[in-house]
Amino acid sequence: MLFPAKSPLPTPPRVVITGAGIVTALGRGWKPNAEGFRAGRTAFRPVSLFDVSRQRAKLAAEVDLPSTLPPTRLNARQATRLDRAASLLLLSACEAWQQSGWEPTENLPLVLGTTAGGMSFGEAYFRQALQKPRRHRHQPTRAVHYQPQVQARMVLDALGSNGPITIVSNACASGSNAIGHAWELIRYGQAERALAGGYDALCGMVFSGFDALQALSTTICRPFDARRDGLALGEGAAVVALETLESARRRGAVILGELIGYGSAIDQHHLTQPHPQGETTLKVMKQACAIAGVTPGDIDYINAHGTGTVLNDSSEAFAISQWAGPRAATLPVSSTKASIGHLLGAAGAVEAVICLMALREQWLPPELAFETPDPACQFPVVHQSQDARVNVALSNSFGFGGVNATVIFRRWA
Amino acid sequence: MSRIFVAGLGAVSPAGWKVAALREALDQGEPLPTQTLERPGWEKPLPARLVPNPAVRPEFLTHPRLRRASPITHYVVAAALEAMAGLLAKPDPERRLGLVVCLQCGCVNYSCRFFEETLKDPATASPLLFPETVFAAPTSHVAAFLGNVSLANSLVGDPATFLQGVSLGVQWLEENRVDACLVVGAEETNWILADALRHLERPAVLTAGAGALCLCREPESSIGVELAAITDVHTYSLRNSRMQAARAMREQLSRNDSVAAGVGGGDASSPQSECAATAHRFPPANMSEGQKSGDGGVAATAELLCDGVGNSPRADAPELAAWGDWTGPRLSPKRILGEGLMAAAAWQCVAACDAVAGGRFAAANVSLVGSNQQAMGARFVRADSGISHLSPDKSPGNIRP
Repeated sequence: MLFPAKSPLPTPPRVVITGAGIVTALGRGWKPNAEGFRAGRTAFRPVSLFDVSRQRAKLAAEVDLPSTLPPTRLNARQATRLDRAASLLLLSACEAWQQSGWEPTENLPLVLGTTAGGMSFGEAYFRQALQKPRRHRHQPTRAVHYQPQVQARMVLDALGSNGPITIVSNACASGSNAIGHAWELIRYGQAERALAGGYDALCGMVFSGFDALQALSTTICRPFDARRDGLALGEGAAVVALETLESARRRGAVILGELIGYGSAIDQHHLTQPHPQGETTLKVMKQACAIAGVTPGDIDYINAHGTGTVLNDSSEAFAISQWAGPRAATLPVSSTKASIGHLLGAAGAVEAVICLMALREQWLPPELAFETPDPACQFPVVHQSQDARVNVALSNSFGFGGVNATVIFRRWA
Repeated sequence: MSRIFVAGLGAVSPAGWKVAALREALDQGEPLPTQTLERPGWEKPLPARLVPNPAVRPEFLTHPRLRRASPITHYVVAAALEAMAGLLAKPDPERRLGLVVCLQCGCVNYSCRFFEETLKDPATASPLLFPETVFAAPTSHVAAFLGNVSLANSLVGDPATFLQGVSLGVQWLEENRVDACLVVGAEETNWILADALRHLERPAVLTAGAGALCLCREPESSIGVELAAITDVHTYSLRNSRMQAARAMREQLSRNDSVAAGVGGGDASSPQSECAATAHRFPPANMSEGQKSGDGGVAATAELLCDGVGNSPRADAPELAAWGDWTGPRLSPKRILGEGLMAAAAWQCVAACDAVAGGRFAAANVSLVGSNQQAMGARFVRADSGISHLSPDKSPGNIRP
């Protein structure tokens, strides 16, 4: 029963990550992404998935999907109903699953963040309904597979598993919230393991939305740079396998890192604009640190939300600077959105995996295009590829609607 | 184990803008009249049950965040305020409020408008519309309106997700991260949703609105209703059909003597199929004399089943089969209100709690057999009923691997 639940453990268990899957425009899988982020490569190119000739912005970070997906337990009919977003999700889930070494189970919670789910189906449904109202072919399938929970079910089917599915849609904080929620499920004693992550594919409606808001950069995405002029969109997915330390040790699993802190709160300032002084950002960073039992002095790297918009970056820079105090002067910060764009519902999950990469391989992901710091930045923005000692990494994510989330990871050595 | 109480209820439905309107419509037991939605390029209008305009313009519409918000946000705010009324009467600036908004389709009106503008010419698509298309928009607006929301989440899924939302609220309360938690389920209508529903469940009539439960830890803040149980999540999969999941949910919810009392407790002569077909009557037409009180009402010791059965034989079959042996009082709000997706799930819980709060039933069971994700059930009891809770040890949890 979810309620009344068994009494929580007197001390919440430690939660570690034993599998991570990632797909971005830099590549599919840990290795190409780690190489790309370490070098600070960028993956933007002219949009080819839909027509942007009437948009201000013309670039995005598109993923090259493989011609065939990895073999799974999906039947042929299901496989034909994987859209771009579901394919991204499946690729990352399969990588995390394989790395974790888990066996199929009937009791595996899956927590996912997304903003658009199967929007490609939604767009196709709407187009056909408007342009060919008497044609109904494919419409029932689109109406079902547009829904993110159906895509999530396909992931569990693909992995031969079943379990409760939770879809968090807190806009661009969704991926971090999904991982944080899964972490809480395990700490709360509701599960011993969980898969969690985020996914979103590029689609015309969302691109058009950010373009209409004039939030997209017409030059290059330069988070925290004084000359920044907006964000760039990307697409991708990341999934992590979370389990109690006890479970991982029992299996002799390879541990990629430990999730030690999570904070979440809602900024009530505006639907799309953060509080200018980043009040809620400050709050969630403090929350996460308090749970993790760390101070700013313990943090070795911050993967910032850092979209590249004027308002986001100044608010976040203000919050980080205030939170870190004197430590800010030497605290490395970067936004990997400079390399792969803003992945919306996938962003928090992808950036969590990037933090795991930095912890595992001991480097910092740079923003090569960064030149002039915003005056609010009291911290150094990583702008050159560099090796570094990284024991604790923090990742921020914020969404339209105001949900802010922070997750903190510790190196497993 | 913590005790969780219901501090308030809220509802916006095609019956009107209060729980009282919902109750009245359900008590009358007759399907509400339908209206139509125009579908571009299609001469046959689509049936729907629309939320009527409120008798008085709600004051909250003057809030700057709500003037341009979509109908779904108005429904969420209205239901939330009604559910919070008891707590708002006792203002406490230190009160930490949690907010979980559950949606299946969300802000479809502005999404369609914005995408239509994009298809015509993306260069002129309105920047005002786009932010209102995100699932999190209603959550954000109601949080801004209430002002003291410390934790918030927007959950998306099929209608059974509403009980996941309730479970999340319970978790926040049990961890003492909030002092009260609002759980809202909401949807809005437009032609594309009605069109999609026609493809998937032809007999169903689309409707919209919101339902809200306010949860708290203190019995003195409650309306006399206590949460007794939420089942595990029974997810559909290649190996676990909707039928199997519904049955598992029902079995888990029935692992309790008082719930089992509903089995065979009614008119044994009524065929089960007939019982299901007439089940929307409230009080049910097929209730046995033993369950009726002296004035013809329902004995306050009886137990209610509030199910999600509508008018779609194919979609309803798993739930009807799972509860086929239930002969106790039964309420099927969808048969009266229509298919409100996540809002309908919330109305089921609101109606169940309202029936218990009003002293008409000692307990009420809610059955949510979602369309494409999961089946879940819950049980609410009168706070002073002494009816036992389900023991966590009696049932094997399905979550722990």
